[in-house]
Order: sequence, then C-alpha cells, then structure tokens
Amino acid sequence: MFLNALLLQAGYNAALVSLGAGLLGFAAGCVGAFVNLRRRALVSDAMAHATLPGVGLAFLLMAAFGGEGRNLAGLLAGAALSAALGLLAVQRLTRTRLPEDTAIGAVLSTFYGAGIVILTVIQNLDVGRPAGLEGFLLGSTAGMLRGDALLIAGGGAVTLLLLAALARPLALAAFDPGHARMMGLSPRLLDMVLMLMTLAVVLLGLRVVGLILIVALLITPATAARYWSDRAPRVALIGGGIGALSGHVGAALSASLPDLPTGPVIVLLAFAAFLFSALFAPRRGLITRALNRRSLRRASRGTARGASRGAA
Amino acid sequence: MTDVTPLARSTTPAEFAAPEAVLTLTGMTVAYAAAPAIEDVTARFAKGAMTAIIGPNGAGKSTLLKATLGLLPTVSGKVEAFGLPLARALPRIAYVPQRASVDWDFPARVLDVVLMGLYRQTGALGRIGKAETARATECLSRVGMEAFADRQIGALSGGQQQRVFLARALAQGADLYLLDEPFAGVDAATESAIITVLKSLRDEGRSIIAVHHDLATVPAYFDRVLLLNRRLVAEGTVATTFRQALVAQTYGAALPGTIPA
Repeated sequence: MFLNALLLQAGYNAALVSLGAGLLGFAAGCVGAFVNLRRRALVSDAMAHATLPGVGLAFLLMAAFGGEGRNLAGLLAGAALSAALGLLAVQRLTRTRLPEDTAIGAVLSTFYGAGIVILTVIQNLDVGRPAGLEGFLLGSTAGMLRGDALLIAGGGAVTLLLLAALARPLALAAFDPGHARMMGLSPRLLDMVLMLMTLAVVLLGLRVVGLILIVALLITPATAARYWSDRAPRVALIGGGIGALSGHVGAALSASLPDLPTGPVIVLLAFAAFLFSALFAPRRGLITRALNRRSLRRASRGTARGASRGAA
Repeated sequence: MTDVTPLARSTTPAEFAAPEAVLTLTGMTVAYAAAPAIEDVTARFAKGAMTAIIGPNGAGKSTLLKATLGLLPTVSGKVEAFGLPLARALPRIAYVPQRASVDWDFPARVLDVVLMGLYRQTGALGRIGKAETARATECLSRVGMEAFADRQIGALSGGQQQRVFLARALAQGADLYLLDEPFAGVDAATESAIITVLKSLRDEGRSIIAVHHDLATVPAYFDRVLLLNRRLVAEGTVATTFRQALVAQTYGAALPGTIPA
C-alpha cells in the first residue's frame, strides 16, 4: 500500500495529493533557505499560527451565506487576511520598545488562542459540516479534493517562479543590505516580497502539513541543506529537494496509514534528513569532522616522531 | 568649480586653491533617538584626492558616511556627488562597510561576494558568464586574493575579508570610494595591500574618502583630512589642517605624538 502510494499507483487522487505535497515541500525548502538567511524563522511561525482565526471566521462566513463551509480557496483567503494581520501586529509591536521574540510570542499565542476559541464555537454550532477543520492544525490529506491538490501544486509553482526571478537580489540584500541599496535595490521591499512568499507557502501548507508544523517544513530542509553547500543558490535547491522528498514520501506514508496526520510524518522525515546531514555531510558533518580531526592528530604525531628520529 | 591653471598653481600654494569637489554635504544633521549624532555638517570633498575622516569615538564618522549614502535617515541635509543629486550619482559610488557589519557565515564564496559588485550590470536574471567571472577574478588579484576565489567567506581572516570587500568595490568600477575604517583590525600585509590599491585608484583620478583611526599614518596615506566631532572642525590638506591645535580641538585633548604644530 505504501509502495503503491510512493510510486503514484494508489489511485489518481492519492497520486495528485502526494505530488502536490512534493511540490509544496520543494517550494517550502527553497523559500525556507532565504527565510533562514534573513533570520525570519520565528516570524514565519507567528504568521502560521495567526492563520487559525481567519480559517474559523471564513468558515463561519461561508456557512452563514449557505455555502460549503469547507471551500479551500475561501478558507485560505481568510487565513491570508489574519496572517497578514498577525505579521502587521509583530511589526507594530517591535516598533515600540518590545524585543522581536517577545512580540512574536505574544502575537503567536494570542492569535492561536483566538483561533481555537472560534473552532470550538463552530463545533458546538454544528453548521456547514465542520468535520475536517481540525486538519488545518496538523495537516490531513484524507478527503482532499482534486481541486485542492491542483491549487497547492499551482500555488507552489507560482511561488517558485517568483523566487527564481528574485533569488539573486534576495541573497544580496540578506548578506549586506547596505550594499543592496548601493546597487539600487530596496531591502525593505525585498523583505516584504520574501514575507509574501513565506505566507504563500504557509497557506498552501495549511491543508497538508498544518499550521502548527509548517514552520518546520520551511526551516528544517533548508537548515539540512546548509551542510551540503556553501553557496546560497545551491542551499536553496538542495533544501527544495529535501523538502520535496519529505513532502512526497510523508503524504504517501500517511495515505497508507489511516488516521495518521500528514504534518508530523512530513516533519519527522525532514528532521531525519537534517540529522543525517548534521552527522555525515562532507566537511561540516559532526562525524566527518571528528574523523578528520583524528587523522590530523595521527599525521601530526607521525611527523613529530619523524622529527625526533631525525634529531637523534 | 575653480579651474586651476598652471600659472595659478605656481603663484598660489596648492593648499589655498579650492579643489574641485566630488562630494558636497550641506547642513547635514543625523539623530539617533533624541541626541544628534552629527550636527549641521557642511563639507566639500576634493576630487581625485584621498581624504581621511578623523575624530574621536562617537564623533559620528561612520554615521556621516552612511547618512551621505542614504543608508541612514537624516534630519536635514543635502548631498550632491559629481554635481548630481545622490540618487543619480549612486551608480558611480562604491561603499566599503565595516567588516563586522555582515554575517560571514553566509553561504557564499569569495568570488560570489565580488560578483555582487557587478549587480548593476548583471541584474536579477542576467547570466554570470566568463566575462563577469574574469572581471571579478581580476579585481581579486588587484587585492592579492585570487587564490581564495573558491573559499567560503567565513574561512578568511579579518584582513582577507576586508580585501574581499575592497575587491567588490573595485568590481563596481566606481569613481568615488567611501570606506569605513578599512584598516581596523587588519594585519600589516593587508594594510599595505589596501593602501597600494587606494593610491592607484587616486592616481587614476578617482576619489577616496575613508574613516581613519591611526593618526600616525595620516600624512603617509592621505592628501587631505576632515576633522569631525559631531560638527565639522576643519577640512583641508594634510599640511594645513593636520595640525596639533586643530586635532587637539577635535579630540578635546592634546594628543601626544608626531602631529606638526
């Protein structure tokens, strides 16, 4: 069953879902590399948690107008609005004397708390068929529609195109904002575009990975990739590769084991890739470095012995 | 601008002839929080010269450079370079920031950093081909760093990092170079490599402005000095302006050493 899912043999919908998850992982890994370079990991986490009240309110609104409460595009529109509001709140708070991590903590927990309250109210109201909304917390590909998968794949592709077009100026501004301005670029504008792309990944990942863990899919593959290359474009591509693999395999795994939320599986796979990289990557890996040190020690002992023999 | 004819030069001591200005600041004030970091600075920097900006810690030297380039918001002030407003002159200006201002663990090779100096030519999507790589490599060899092109930038010593920044500025092919303490914390080999490059730029007719700390090397390295302590104290040639009385006034204390009276 798992092998079938992995090789896209588990039916058209399942294949579409795991392909969509793979593309989402690729976009997340690539965008995440730049999020890492700009040190925006925590901000993206706050943004993800801030989507929840938007999801709940959008559901209520759509249900109130007699529509299908679970329309993914509608839910994502609500999520986008409240995530943008959360981001704005973080920026406003840091403009006072609050340190950024405090502002992020406050916004993240407040928005998430509000979201949980709204979801609980919805469950008690029993309108618009709310079953499956909790899938936005930890991700669930069960019951995902073909249109949903296409939306995720299409959105991921557009995000990747935008990132490819802006990779060079983004790297330049992340390394040295002053130099970027000397080159006629606006680091502030580039930052905003990066946040927009991060928001896109968060939104596309809501259904598959869930808002609690989507930050891990942004950060972990890109962090693992850093062990394999010293060049920003390659770090982004390798991060995308690791993200794609985690997304695809994770979606296939969770499709073959019913009731297993997709997000945790994907994130654990990405973490395994990180662990492998941190241990075994050439030059930077912990074990590789320990081996190098040992052979260096041996070599220096060898030359010392040789020198003392020469002196005698 | 004053046209200095050979006749005028022979009758007027060079230091009294007003040189053509490459950069003009008018009434520049910058404030962090409430206190002004620099106040009402009006200054002209000479074209084709090497000017040192000198002053005590907290005098606003780095602030002056950054505000000049629009990297810091100013309370007031006007900047003109090459007789143009700053925004239009920017493509002809290179800025070498303090080494500590960037993250050296960034995933980039030495060559990648130098290529960043060519961004105005390559743009976001332009190919980086043989010509661009050759130009970057040439700039690296001018600062004696061509052997390090493939190194990760974090694996360099402080002096080597400073030279890579200078190579990036060279790649821009600018006519005006602003450097923020280029000699801070570098070894003797790097210091002499940098000063050789700066002097060759000056001899090509380009202009150099550097924040400088080591008063002992001012006469050997620079043509002109600008003395700054939040306000402009004086600006002129080393011979006329780098004098004990003026330097003491700038630093608020008499300084021991070899500064001419």
